[in-house]
Amino acid sequence: MTLAPGAEAPPFDLPGVDGRNHALSDYGDASALAIVWSCNHCPYVQAWEGRMRQIQADYADRGVRLVAINSNDAEHYPEDSFEAMRERATAEGFDFDYLHDADQAVATAYGPERTPEVFLFDRDRRLVYHGAIDDSRDDRSVQRHHLREALDAVLAGRSPEIGETPAVGCSVKWRT
Amino acid sequence: MKIELFYWEGCPSAAEARALVDEVLTTHGVEAEFEVREVRTDAEAEALGFPGSPTIRVDGRDVDPRGAANRPALNCRIYHLPGGRISPVPSRDSLEAALL
Repeated sequence: MTLAPGAEAPPFDLPGVDGRNHALSDYGDASALAIVWSCNHCPYVQAWEGRMRQIQADYADRGVRLVAINSNDAEHYPEDSFEAMRERATAEGFDFDYLHDADQAVATAYGPERTPEVFLFDRDRRLVYHGAIDDSRDDRSVQRHHLREALDAVLAGRSPEIGETPAVGCSVKWRT
Repeated sequence: MKIELFYWEGCPSAAEARALVDEVLTTHGVEAEFEVREVRTDAEAEALGFPGSPTIRVDGRDVDPRGAANRPALNCRIYHLPGGRISPVPSRDSLEAALL
């Protein structure tokens, strides 16, 4: 079941491609925390990846952290293995943490259905926006920048005008 | 001419790919047999040499030969567009090149 609006962020402690573990509590100073379910092999993720990097870069000085989590079954999708994650993060120059949820426990707690799919939490780690990064996988056709608009609202102390949108992307690859 | 569109339900791009094929056929007045086939299992993907959804073949030839030999799997297929963009469906140009 997917987290409901206003829900508190479930805790996690996951290995990152930087060789360290990253827990929810490690982001305690962040003014807002955007957790994006992601992976390597999905064309939708790859189409949005550059925008993920840019959002982290644009909001870093305002204390926002973007964290990507890959929960896909790496046995059936070896392109999403931890080693492949490391390679992609290096090759693409990720400026955000990229974490591996190998046993899918964190995905089970949050309930993403797609990659990419955003869960944005405010400073109190309450869910204030859930869904798509923006409204088009083609960056030339974007009309509404959902995550940026939600971040701007949160940083201004307001609730986002739009709290939920449908995420468009690949299905999360659950283990069977 | 026979067009086959193979898709996997877990990827949302099949409808867009089907619409793209229909549009190109209509625009250019091309008469063709158009078959849409769902790939449901890993075994089917293996047997069909299905490298991801959607896969479009014209008279058995993949419209994007670059990705045709990728590992058969139930996933969304990656298409590289001119200019370096990534897309879950082939470019209109590659489809037209295969059909016309």
